Amino acid sequence: MIAHRMTALLSWTYLLILFGFILLPVAVLVLFSFQDGTLPIPPFNGFTFRWYAEVFADDKLMAALRNSLTVAICSSLIACLLGFFAAYGLSRYRLPGSALQRILLMAPMTVSYLIIALGLLVVFNWIGIRLSLWTVGVGHVIINLPLCFAIIYASMGDHQKNTERAARDLGANGFQVMFLITAPMLLPSILAAFFLSLTFSWDEFIISFLLSRFDVTLPVEIWSLLRSGLNPKTNAIGSLVFLLSVALLIMLEMFVFRRRSKP
Amino acid sequence: MSSDKLEKSDVRRAWFYVAPALLWTMAFFIVPFAFMAAMSFASLVRRKIVYTWDLANYLEFFDKPYLLKGLFVSLEITLAVTLISVVLAYPLAWIIAERVPKRLQRAVLILAILPFWTSYVVRSYSWLLLLSSNGVINNALMGAGIISEPLQLASTTSATIIGFVHFFVMLLTLTIYSNLVQLSPNYKRAATDLGANTFQTFWHVILPLTLPGIMVGAFLTFVLCIGDYITPQILGGNNELVLPQIIMLQLGRRADLPAAASMSIILMLVVTAVYLLCLRWLKMERT
Repeated sequence: MIAHRMTALLSWTYLLILFGFILLPVAVLVLFSFQDGTLPIPPFNGFTFRWYAEVFADDKLMAALRNSLTVAICSSLIACLLGFFAAYGLSRYRLPGSALQRILLMAPMTVSYLIIALGLLVVFNWIGIRLSLWTVGVGHVIINLPLCFAIIYASMGDHQKNTERAARDLGANGFQVMFLITAPMLLPSILAAFFLSLTFSWDEFIISFLLSRFDVTLPVEIWSLLRSGLNPKTNAIGSLVFLLSVALLIMLEMFVFRRRSKP
Repeated sequence: MSSDKLEKSDVRRAWFYVAPALLWTMAFFIVPFAFMAAMSFASLVRRKIVYTWDLANYLEFFDKPYLLKGLFVSLEITLAVTLISVVLAYPLAWIIAERVPKRLQRAVLILAILPFWTSYVVRSYSWLLLLSSNGVINNALMGAGIISEPLQLASTTSATIIGFVHFFVMLLTLTIYSNLVQLSPNYKRAATDLGANTFQTFWHVILPLTLPGIMVGAFLTFVLCIGDYITPQILGGNNELVLPQIIMLQLGRRADLPAAASMSIILMLVVTAVYLLCLRWLKMERT
């Protein structure tokens, strides 16, 4: 009994220590974003929203935020669309070399982002394409396409086939079947793929850093803020990103996972 | 049905669906990769890239101690991070799966990975707030009278490791937890019935059963950690550069694309070697 109590006590202590380790940096980040002073370090001088006001007044940061959202949404849409088409084609038809095609589609997942970025950099340099948000978007589609394909392909089971066949027997053509029958049935996994690639693209740094020039995404802009050292403004933009991501997480939980848990 | 009988029009239609994704992957992944591989055999002559098709970059990498050292520093940090993260995350995942009441588990787990949702760059920065010479930890220690001079915590290899461990403990807790709850409770019941105590059950039954899952998580940690540039750059200082930092240096200061390409290939080969090792080890484990 006493031994049991001891392990219980030990367990809870360990849990608390690890939670402290995990949550402390974020707690400090958010707390000192309200710092009434120029340094985000102790002592805490009092609450102010000044740094948040500065963030919203910073044109470069706001432009980067818009760029990030645009790139994330567009590249995720393209990755989802391409992934859905490929998953549909590979699961509904038997093509020669389909195993090889699956491997090819998954291949970008096996190498690091740095290598993907370098390869694209070499090619864009060689052709003479100027670096811009477009080149960043192309890179983001490459990292998200395997993910979208895998998620949607995995959920394309045989149980939807009967419904598709019924629709075809009733006179629907290929596109009608795909958009009116298959896509709505797979909506939860398509949404999951979309939101997941949205978060990956939103937070991606190295590809955005190497493949952009004048217009940059938010992580790259934050990166250049870091050169000024510790700064409550960096805390403020960091906290805002955190808030946005958590909002996205809640949306994902509400729209995707809840729907999926219902039969 | 098309899968039973393959008609010509069906094949054409199937290609129509699959081709866009395949073409995109070919154009923006396979071709660039081939270009980069070719670039690694080129050289920089008077700031111009010349395709010499020799191993000069690779030979230089193994010839120059400061370049080779980057690989060793990378391996050292990555191994330390992987080991520490697994050792810290496993008990946490176990406690959440076994000790925390079922209805609270999801909430506790979400709390345990909450910082996952800050931006990656910002997460490393927030460790800077804690570790810098006038940061929270030094402040607390000096306030408590434990030290009189601030400790050098930031800009060290330890800081890099702490920053990494913070990230990967969250990742591994998630993967190990999902492994633990997937285990049938019958294993535990059987072990208890056969007279094993909690520790024996864990050591001889639960741990071996979750080992493949741990290996997958550890491998993921290894791959993500060894390829990362951000955390060492923000937290590590300039004393011990890791390979991705050295690669970025080639790009930045010297615009030496061939050197950067060859080092990236080396990095990729190291990851592949580790993957093959893991694969073999996992297979031996199963038989």
